[in-house]
Amino acid sequence: MKREYLEITVGLFVMIGIFCIGYMSIRLGKLDIFSSREYVLKARFTSVSGLKKGARVEISGIPVGKVGDYYLDPKTEVAMVEMMIKKDIKIDTDVIASIKTSGIIGDKYIKLTLGGADQHLKDGDMITDTESGVDIEELISKFVFGKV
Amino acid sequence: MELILEQIRSHGAQTLSSLRALGKLSLFVMDATMLCFHAPFKWKRIVEEMFHIGVKSVFVVCLTAFFTGMVLGLQGYYTLSRFGSEGLLGGAVALTLIRELGPVLTALMVTGRAGSFISSELGSMRISEQIDALYTMNINPIKYLVSPKIIAAVLAVPLLTAIGDMVGIFGGYITGVVMLDLNSGVFINNMISSTDMSDVVNGLIKPVFFGYVLAAISSYRGFFCDSLRTGGKGSEAVSTATTSSVVISSVTILISDYILTAFLM
Repeated sequence: MKREYLEITVGLFVMIGIFCIGYMSIRLGKLDIFSSREYVLKARFTSVSGLKKGARVEISGIPVGKVGDYYLDPKTEVAMVEMMIKKDIKIDTDVIASIKTSGIIGDKYIKLTLGGADQHLKDGDMITDTESGVDIEELISKFVFGKV
Repeated sequence: MELILEQIRSHGAQTLSSLRALGKLSLFVMDATMLCFHAPFKWKRIVEEMFHIGVKSVFVVCLTAFFTGMVLGLQGYYTLSRFGSEGLLGGAVALTLIRELGPVLTALMVTGRAGSFISSELGSMRISEQIDALYTMNINPIKYLVSPKIIAAVLAVPLLTAIGDMVGIFGGYITGVVMLDLNSGVFINNMISSTDMSDVVNGLIKPVFFGYVLAAISSYRGFFCDSLRTGGKGSEAVSTATTSSVVISSVTILISDYILTAFLM
């Protein structure tokens, strides 16, 4: 009886512990057990200042992916951003990617504005139409020094 | 002149004896760790130790985690409300608990609860010559007594930490949402969006290490309680070993926490 009690409590303890680890990993850590359900789209921006890895990519306010890697493209010498888009989201070829800010000091994210083309972008394709983020400091300085 | 020489000699003796103790500890820990991977595995002993180290610490870990979470919610709320960003409370509570306070507080609680248990158990076995009896029966006491404790601690402390994290976040939720009337959706969403897989992994690597450290140090102090420099013989040796094992384990945990954080960042 004593032995049974001991084993049952240890079993319960281990199960609860593993449940907590699992919950934390999947819910808080966003662990994707069925990985590679994403495809990569690339886009060139003149400036990605403030954009972070893992930032949202959204269409009409709905998150459809996140920012993967970004680096300076050695050929064109502008910023190249890789976006991981969910597999089931189809992106038209005439999409416009723009870097936006949520809130006045909030995080940068990428907004995709879909067009009406029939064809969809595939894994590794490049988004041609892009808009870089608005630099508030630059705007204010333009206003203050009267170049508007 | 002789007085100065005497001083220098005593320093030298102290250094040598602490180096000897460190070497003995390292050899002991290496032995115990190697024996963890040697068949036959003492499953029954591991389950027993899991009960003593893990199950019996659940209550105290939950209690500390719950109140820590609650106080984090309270403190975080008053700090964040100065900037009008109470919405970040969920992330603040979850990140603090998962990355830092959960692992450390759990490890300290387990040290107090189970580390003292380990070292007094082994200490009283040593002074009542039960460990010597195991030797005469050709049972390796390190394999039979110490290795199961290390395995159990390495398994139990991360599980306890995970339980503690969840309970602590629930405590933060109670203060933030129930008492201070934050929006529950904002709290939970901010919590989910600001934590990352790297935070969770970070917060689960630490307790593995802490469990190992606390089991190894407590076992060592208990196992060799009769040959410590400061401890006397008999029951006094057990009490000295228990006290010092808790103190040394706690200090080691706190110091190694800083080092681990610096490496894992």
